[in-house]
Amino acid sequence: MTQFLQTLFDGVTVGCLYALIALGYTMVYGILKFINFAHSDVFALGVWMSITIAGWMGIGAAGQPTPPLYLALLVLLGTMVTCGAVGFTVERLAYRPLRRAPRLNVLITAIGVSLLLQNLGQRPFMFGPYPRSLPTLVESGTLFTVMGVPVRVSDVAVIGMALVLMTALQILIFRTKFGSAMRAVSFNTRTASLMGINADRVISITFIVGTMLAAAAGFLYGMKYGGQAKQTADSMWVMLGLKAFVAAVVGGIGNVRGAVLGGLLIGLIEFFGVAYLSSQYRDAYVFAILIAVLLLRPEGVLGRATVEKV
Amino acid sequence: MSAIQLIARAAAVVMVGLSLVGCGKSEGGAGGGSGGGGKGAAGASNTNDQGTGDIVIGHYASLTGAEATFGISTDNGIKMAVAERNQAGGVRGRPIRLITYDNQGKPQESQTVVTRLIESDRVVAVLGEVASSRSLAGAPICQRKGVPMVSPSSTNPDVTSVGDMISRVCFIDPFQGLVGAKFARENLGFTRGATLYNRAQAYSAGLNSNFVEAFRTLGGQVLTEQAYSDGDNDFSAQLTAIRERSPEFIYLPGYYTEVVNIARQARRLGIDIPLIGGDGWDSEELKNAGDSLNNSYFSNHYSHEDTRPEVQDFVRRYREVYQKIPDGLAALGYDAARLLFDAMERAESLHGRDLASSINSTTNFAGVTGMISIDANRNPTKDAVILEVVNGQPKYKATVRP
Amino acid sequence: MKTLINQARALSPAAWSVIPRALWPVAAGLAVAVLMHAVVGPNVPGFTAKMMLVAGINIILAVSLTVVNGFTGQFSMGHAGFMAVGGYVAASITYYGSIKFFGSADFAGGALSWTGSGPHGGGPLGKGDLLFMGSCLVGGLAAAGAGYIVGLPSLRLRGDYLAIVTLGFGEIVRVLLQGTPDQVQPWRAAEAAETPWYSLMLKLGGPKGFNLLPTYTTLFWVYLFVTITLIVCYRLKNSSTGRAFLSIREDEIASQAMGVDVTRYKVRAFVIASFFAGTAGGLYAMDIGAISASDLGFLKSFECIIMVVLGGMGSISGATLAAIILTALPEILRELPPVWPAGLALLAVMAVVQGAHRRWHPRSLVVVAAVTLVAELGRRYCASQGINLAEYRMILYALLLIVMMISRPQGLLGVREVWEIFGRRARRPGAVASPPGASSGVSP
Repeated sequence: MTQFLQTLFDGVTVGCLYALIALGYTMVYGILKFINFAHSDVFALGVWMSITIAGWMGIGAAGQPTPPLYLALLVLLGTMVTCGAVGFTVERLAYRPLRRAPRLNVLITAIGVSLLLQNLGQRPFMFGPYPRSLPTLVESGTLFTVMGVPVRVSDVAVIGMALVLMTALQILIFRTKFGSAMRAVSFNTRTASLMGINADRVISITFIVGTMLAAAAGFLYGMKYGGQAKQTADSMWVMLGLKAFVAAVVGGIGNVRGAVLGGLLIGLIEFFGVAYLSSQYRDAYVFAILIAVLLLRPEGVLGRATVEKV
Repeated sequence: MSAIQLIARAAAVVMVGLSLVGCGKSEGGAGGGSGGGGKGAAGASNTNDQGTGDIVIGHYASLTGAEATFGISTDNGIKMAVAERNQAGGVRGRPIRLITYDNQGKPQESQTVVTRLIESDRVVAVLGEVASSRSLAGAPICQRKGVPMVSPSSTNPDVTSVGDMISRVCFIDPFQGLVGAKFARENLGFTRGATLYNRAQAYSAGLNSNFVEAFRTLGGQVLTEQAYSDGDNDFSAQLTAIRERSPEFIYLPGYYTEVVNIARQARRLGIDIPLIGGDGWDSEELKNAGDSLNNSYFSNHYSHEDTRPEVQDFVRRYREVYQKIPDGLAALGYDAARLLFDAMERAESLHGRDLASSINSTTNFAGVTGMISIDANRNPTKDAVILEVVNGQPKYKATVRP
Repeated sequence: MKTLINQARALSPAAWSVIPRALWPVAAGLAVAVLMHAVVGPNVPGFTAKMMLVAGINIILAVSLTVVNGFTGQFSMGHAGFMAVGGYVAASITYYGSIKFFGSADFAGGALSWTGSGPHGGGPLGKGDLLFMGSCLVGGLAAAGAGYIVGLPSLRLRGDYLAIVTLGFGEIVRVLLQGTPDQVQPWRAAEAAETPWYSLMLKLGGPKGFNLLPTYTTLFWVYLFVTITLIVCYRLKNSSTGRAFLSIREDEIASQAMGVDVTRYKVRAFVIASFFAGTAGGLYAMDIGAISASDLGFLKSFECIIMVVLGGMGSISGATLAAIILTALPEILRELPPVWPAGLALLAVMAVVQGAHRRWHPRSLVVVAAVTLVAELGRRYCASQGINLAEYRMILYALLLIVMMISRPQGLLGVREVWEIFGRRARRPGAVASPPGASSGVSP
């Protein structure tokens, strides 16, 4: 029973992280119809920026007392802003010139951007090739214990923060004027432009929001795991990104609620698979679920089937 | 067409043209390599050495990519050995020139750079690689071209069985597995263990199976073998499964990049039993673990606290140059280079076969990582040390003899 | 009506002529391979020979992927998965076959596959060569089978979804291969000889990789397969099947309306592409002497895709060119040679071409000259400051990729072949100039 609850809890926490990353994939896909392969690198950048910013502020190093909450939030804000700026620059310089190009080209460009971010991050003048220890910005003690399962502050912070950010995103998309513009552009870019919407600006802001969410996920990832972060060219970031992407597809790509559902689903499947079947085939579970979902319901669990018009 | 587009297009065209031109002339000096079907016998001998001028040796390593740190550490050690030797007058009165090529951690690229080292740069010997998979890619070429290759730290037994040109200065996986098992069984008196290894990694999976075999032979019991993969950073599912079976220790044959996080997550889940690992743990970055690796041990090639003068000299000089405590990989790179120089001095000539037989007949070479004697399978017989981790700092615990 | 059918039948070639038509790619392949082996191989420096070999394997991968991604407009991201299937099957047959038939895993080939170690039979072909050749073909067939299985979901999926499924397939192949039991090493050959085939074939080394394979791959074998691949794909492009592929790429619904069995052709494209990827896997494994699933993950698939897109979607010569350039580029960036000769040569070529066409673009000439100058000055600056460009080559490579995609979205050659650039355009349906995916680009 303890193992079941523990697995459930871990699955949900990791699922929230996947969901936050998946939101970035899904927003970009919804509006530009391409898979932004550089998204996982923005996530890695988020982890490393929070290390760097905390380092500049001189907080969170091993052995130091946990800093007050507002400082941690400041680090989060700084991380989100820098990553948002990177996202904006990438979109402006690499993706915008390709607005009318075939989708495959944009995809290759995204792979190029991904390679660039990975290899730049590895240079000594950026983050360097050595893993670095993550700062402790949030108290990591146990909050309470439910049937033998310790519930820690950082886990609660991850789930809580994820919920807050997702709700904010939901409000942004469905309750604001900008959200309607976003949905209009996603539905039909040309018609939206004819209606007086500045599509380029909408796309830029979507990109910024998506990368900021990935940056927040990076920050939360650092809070949850502590320990050390691997260098930016490590394959683990790509793998994490791929799983989040799978989550977006399983939930129904282009659908914000689908991304959240997909993230939770993938997190739970992964953890229950490892705990009760075998840890040997961890990645295979994720991809097997992906293929099964795509074969049974290609548009994803919450996705809307599109009929191709002639 | 906008100006930006034009510039970008022109840049692309120039680069493409450049690559086509460079393709043809990328290497002028080396004439008449044997290509696909040269002539020579088994374990052919090269005549790359001209007898005068610099002695050129090559090193191939992962200086970029996911495993960059391994290559960089090893390269630092080798560079230091070369610099010291040149200061002391070189080998046979001639200076040594080191050429290091990056292989991005890819086997195919390892092959191309090893070919480049041998055919274009005319090296007399090759040093490399850390990872066994890349050594196994480079070794057949060295064997074929008759250029001796000394691997600093590939522990897979297969590597040296490629042929008589290939040797190494580190102990091999079965030995290290045995060391870990012996230490757990005899020194700590445990009988019930569990393992957690990276199933996508040759090093980790190999060491795991060697440990399990050795521990069972010694009368121990392995309750569960859990695995993770390259992309994983959440080990709570595996650790929870291990906790259910309540073993006395966990064997973690992984790299320090993962071990630190595994240890922290294990302690959070309330697993306070000792963790035992292999040389992959060895790094200054282990300090990131804080106190979560206390009461843990790992087997290693050397201890930087060793009081032998060669070790202390090495550690002091390395810190002067690189401002870091040398890890095992740096020490092995240093030893591999120095063992090579030693063999060069003794060799009849620097031609492939002479040099290889000189390397293979090395006995009692006093390296930083211990006394090295190359055996009939071109593997060294040497001791392993067990280190205990105290607040992220490895402390010498015991020496295990083969 | 009947007469029309009879007329059509009369136009189709006689049944006996199928055999020479089927065999001539092999004959041409043999001719090229012998040329490479006897003339080129021994006369170029060893490193260049090695690069040619690697480039050849990459050409097979790129050109075969062109069939799916270029001709048919489907998007496969699992090419390395097929390569892994073929490579492992070929390696398993060669390695365990050697042990079973010849008693040891040593090289047992003739002069054509002799790479310079161990004894060889003396003749051009040894018993081991036939085993190697056969194993590459069986590897190709196994990969084709996998391609059939993966192609089937394209019944339901299109576009990005298919891409994701192929990506998932590649990853699952990797994970499954990493779960296989340990290899039986050469020094346990006697034990292996006793083990039955079916259990032996699956001992693929798991995460440790499948090592110590005999190395058979030489320029001869690589360019034999390269030539066959090129000819088969070129003829495919201009066959009725190829036209069906192209019609699916241009508009799936329209081609279905015209009576093209879309599903069948998509699956066929996957099967053909996978076959060649599988043979390339066999050549790769027996070149390196080891194969490891962890090196054939999605990053390898991306490399293949980049070659196809850089060459131009649907251009065989473009994919070939891109494969050569992308193989050479990382090595060149290691030690950048002077840039100005290439710049000057390019200026001259541009001037000649523009002069011949009487269409002058002075601005383009100035820009090329300026970029050359800047690149050369940058190179000299780095050299004088002791900045090692080799450490930045992956960054340069990534930048080049991005710049290339922005400045020349259709790739080096677009859908055209090299020899069609200066000739009359749009001679055949395959060369209808319309950027692929233009119809499915950014909404509406």
